Amino acid sequence: MTVEIHDGTRWQPVCALDDLQPGRGVAVLLPDTDTQVALFVDRSGALHAVDNRDPFSGAHVLSRGLIGSREGRPTLASPMYKQTFDLLDGRCLDEDTAPDGTPAVLRRWPVRARAGATRKDRT
Amino acid sequence: MTSHTAERPLDLVLVGHGMVGQRFLEAWTEQPGAERWRVTVLAEEPRPAYDRVHLSSLFDGRTPEELTLCPPGFLAEHGIDLRLGDPVTAVDRAARTVTTRSGAELRYDALVLATGSVPFVPPVPGKDAVGCHVYRTVEDLDGIRAGAAEARTADSAGTGTGVVVGGGLLGLEAAGALRAMGLATHVVEFAPRLMAVQVDEGGGELLRRKIEDLGVTVHTAAAASGVATDPDGAVRGLTLSDGRELAADLVVFSAGVRPRDQLARDCGLPVGPRGGIVVDERCRTEDPAVLAIGECAQAADGRVYGLVAPGYQMAETAARELAGRPGSGFTGADTSTKLKLLGVDVASFGDPHGNAEGALDVLYSDSRLGVYRKLVIGTDGALLGGVLVGDTEAYGTLRPLAMAGKPLTTPPEQLVLPAGFAAAGPIALPDDAVLCSCHNVTQGAVRAAVHEQGCESVAAVKKCTRAGTGCGSCLKQLTTVVTEELAASGAEVRTGLCEHFTQSRAELYEVVLVTGITTFSELVDRHGTGEGCDICKPTVASILASLSNGHILDGEQGALQDSNDHFLANLQRNGSYSVVPRVPGGEITPDGLIAIGEVARDFGLYTKITGGQRIDLFGASVDQLPSIWARLVDAGFESGHAYGKALRTVKSCVGETWCRYGVQDSVGLAIELELRYRGLRSPHKLKSAVSGCARECAEAQSKDFGVIATSSGWNLYVGGNGGMTPRHADLLAADLDRETLIRTIDRYLMFYIRTADRLERTSVWLERLDGGLDHLRAVVLDDSLGIAAELDALMARHIDSYQDEWAATLADPDRLRRFASFVNAPGTPDPAVTFVPERGQIRPARPDEDGYVLAAPAPVLVAGPRLEVLVK
Ligand code: SRM
Ligand SMILES: Cc1cc2nc3c(=O)[nH]c(=O)nc-3n(C[C@H](O)[C@H](O)[C@H](O)COP(=O)(O)OP(=O)(O)OC[C@H]3O[C@@H](n4cnc5c(N)ncnc54)[C@H](O)[C@@H]3O)c2cc1C
Ligand code: SF4
Ligand code: FES
Repeated sequence: MTVEIHDGTRWQPVCALDDLQPGRGVAVLLPDTDTQVALFVDRSGALHAVDNRDPFSGAHVLSRGLIGSREGRPTLASPMYKQTFDLLDGRCLDEDTAPDGTPAVLRRWPVRARAGATRKDRT
Repeated sequence: MTSHTAERPLDLVLVGHGMVGQRFLEAWTEQPGAERWRVTVLAEEPRPAYDRVHLSSLFDGRTPEELTLCPPGFLAEHGIDLRLGDPVTAVDRAARTVTTRSGAELRYDALVLATGSVPFVPPVPGKDAVGCHVYRTVEDLDGIRAGAAEARTADSAGTGTGVVVGGGLLGLEAAGALRAMGLATHVVEFAPRLMAVQVDEGGGELLRRKIEDLGVTVHTAAAASGVATDPDGAVRGLTLSDGRELAADLVVFSAGVRPRDQLARDCGLPVGPRGGIVVDERCRTEDPAVLAIGECAQAADGRVYGLVAPGYQMAETAARELAGRPGSGFTGADTSTKLKLLGVDVASFGDPHGNAEGALDVLYSDSRLGVYRKLVIGTDGALLGGVLVGDTEAYGTLRPLAMAGKPLTTPPEQLVLPAGFAAAGPIALPDDAVLCSCHNVTQGAVRAAVHEQGCESVAAVKKCTRAGTGCGSCLKQLTTVVTEELAASGAEVRTGLCEHFTQSRAELYEVVLVTGITTFSELVDRHGTGEGCDICKPTVASILASLSNGHILDGEQGALQDSNDHFLANLQRNGSYSVVPRVPGGEITPDGLIAIGEVARDFGLYTKITGGQRIDLFGASVDQLPSIWARLVDAGFESGHAYGKALRTVKSCVGETWCRYGVQDSVGLAIELELRYRGLRSPHKLKSAVSGCARECAEAQSKDFGVIATSSGWNLYVGGNGGMTPRHADLLAADLDRETLIRTIDRYLMFYIRTADRLERTSVWLERLDGGLDHLRAVVLDDSLGIAAELDALMARHIDSYQDEWAATLADPDRLRRFASFVNAPGTPDPAVTFVPERGQIRPARPDEDGYVLAAPAPVLVAGPRLEVLVK
């Protein structure tokens, strides 16, 4: 099974599903750009891909955060100052705006796992 | 604008885009009907409004952009036309127009003046010489910084001297800045004491002493009579009214401010006797079309406020007034202040001088401890105000109490005495007491947010009431009230760890101990709900590690660790990591030092001696960590657990071996203790120290457990803490032999690990422990609970199964796989982690700097290449 991320133009294969450890993330460098995506698989096998840049610290570290849940919705906590983001809509649940005044929302990247012939879209 | 509306839009013109002006815009855009107005802002400064209150933080490396108060997109979203660098030069009230410096003429239906104030410069000869400055804008600071740099280079000793004229709040802040820039600093104050407005004589005296201890020379009751200049017109010194001349390269005038009311004067609007545009409670001037707010205005109570909070209240009043929804109006404000000036805590609130008739002072002063507290009590027993210097702990409770003006329920003596502060406990505040004066939020409003709006945390209350989001000085009090309120609402209190577990950490520890559960999944599925979070996951990881001692990166445990534990290194601000090898007891051989030095040099890392007697190497990328550690492990080092909630260091003093006063081998014991407890996971980090005699050079009494040698054995101290809330350790047992000492520490640590809360240091745990120190003594020395054997066994298990996490990680390709910046590009260094050189080493590049990426290391580095510190 190959994990693919849609970079806005096309699906990019990024790693094997086996490379991912449930509950933990990896960072992906989208080919031909400096864009970084944080990629996770949770205990149920669902894939999540969001910006790797933490809007509160400006550091590209979100792939190193912890995933979990808040009131039933899957979440990601930043390892830097611990703000929590909703993985379904990318919004920060603790603060609305980042220190630079921009809205604290992570871009969500379409992601799927694809096996040779069978095609299975997951988000 | 729109063709179908016959009416032309109404024009609102705001003069001045400072702190209060921006707040006015924010309040205005929230008013219903605001969109019918066209808003133009005419600003003198070259940049949008910024946080002037934190201006001095520019000296700590903050950038002007970080201080901005105007969120990007705000102006565009609301169609506000901000014209920077084009001040208003005249107002024609009859024609309802303003003229700007560039010659533009604008009509207005409503005009809001928010022009702030100017620093007052006493009219002394030479005041305009090169090297004279004021302290109000970003440009002023740039000038001071450049002047200081020049003064330092011109001075043969490399210091240079700066004099601040004015010993008030701003003057001391300016003095702090000059000190921070490395200038020899003097403060000249006309009044007989510093901060004459806020503090009384006793407080001023103590403040002076503390500030002089910091190396600032204070001259009170002295007036500046002139600036002496060189033949080339540059500052040479400051002459005082008593004839003395202080040599100086730089003079900063900070002798108060004057309201900028010239525009109003010129167009015939009344101003107050000491300046300030006269306004009523609704912030209107005599001309109903003109309003004035902030520092340029004289409020309805006849005062001109030089603080930002009253200005904000005026801004909101004016916005409501113009929208036709007048509220309570602005009749005056609290001028309480709490500051940290040059590291000295100072607070004053209410009426600090006891001006009310019949007012009494209750005073406590301890010059040895550097603490001064004064409360002013009215005839009816109500607290009217007070001054706190050196220790401002009680400010959060006392200020609202003074504002409420109700009789005290606690005897005032008890409030000022040192013991009284701790013993008096929470003081009941009335609901109308203002908890947060930045945003004018009462205790009642905070309570209501909890039980009416359903806020269940401090964060939720902050979001909903804005309390605590200004200067932050009310946060402590806010947390207390929110917690109390949550507790009072009964059913709603959660004693549990987080939303996923209703158990506390200690309860979960028992669950894991009894059931033998070894994974988070099993624990959360059987005893909790949901998927976990950044609170319960690391807590459970720590419990599992304390109890079963597997490698913390194995299996599911790896997914629970905080990012630091996950990479066995400490995350730094730019996403790079630091590496801290263990140096037991701080003892290190020359070869060890050289090995560390070589690793740091070969990988281009920044090195620093830590406060824990070891060496920290900064700037490693995740890809580099294994190769760095391969070298360190080879040289005989192991993980220092700087990343874990675990034993950090056991510091030592040199002890009997060398020191002429030492009575025992403190280094030997420190090493033994550090090796015994290394890797022990606990609710919070653990620190220790061993001193070789009562002189206590290792500072053992500030540690979670500390040992001091006596001529007949060892004294064991527990529950000490440095950090945010320092606590002196308590003597648990005296003159122990080595074996009893170690057994007692074993049990103490295991008992703490078993019963403490998440992130609770031993100091807090001990304070909370029922029965306190006596109970602890009974448990660990007399086995009063009958658990000593179990505690001993748990410690034995820890010691037996200890392995160096880094050596074990390096030996296992599976564990090593995670150390890649990018899953799809292993070995590619993170392009966002960049560095610049500083003082011969690297440091993270700031957002506005053009840094470089450290080169990736070759996979196997035997005697690696030297990575030079690039100088761009
Ligand atoms: C490196 C060091 C500063 C230095 O340059 O000297 C340091 C650096 C950090 N300290 Fe510290 N502390 C360091 C000695 C201290 C000391 C002094 C000591 O240990 O003798 C103290 C006060 C003593 C104490 O803890 O009681 C200290 C009190 C803190 C605290 C406050 C703890 C408290 O109970 O209030 C924190 C915050 C926390 O742990 O929650 C903290 C946290 C931190 C963190 C982990 C902050 C963070 O999360 O990034 C820093 C990370 C370091 C890194 O990335 O490597 N550090 N820190 C020192 C490392 C010592 C070592 O060799 O391990
Ligand atoms: C270093 C420093 C530290 C401080 N610390 C604190 C503190 O700890 N607590 C606290 O409460 N307060 C503090 N203050 C005071 C606080 O900054 C002021 O109370 C606050 O800025 C007042 O806001 P304002 O909008 O009235 O004036 P300002 O912020 O000064 O804004 C007025 C603006 O109007 C502009 N202007 C003037 N005339 C014209 C004109 N004719 N046309 C166009 N524009 C014009 C000015 O250039 C300026 O930008 C501090 C001030 C300084 C300088
Ligand atoms: S005091 Fe400690 S936590 Fe704070 S900046 Fe220094 S090292 Fe970091
Ligand atoms: S008093 Fe300043 S934030 Fe509350």
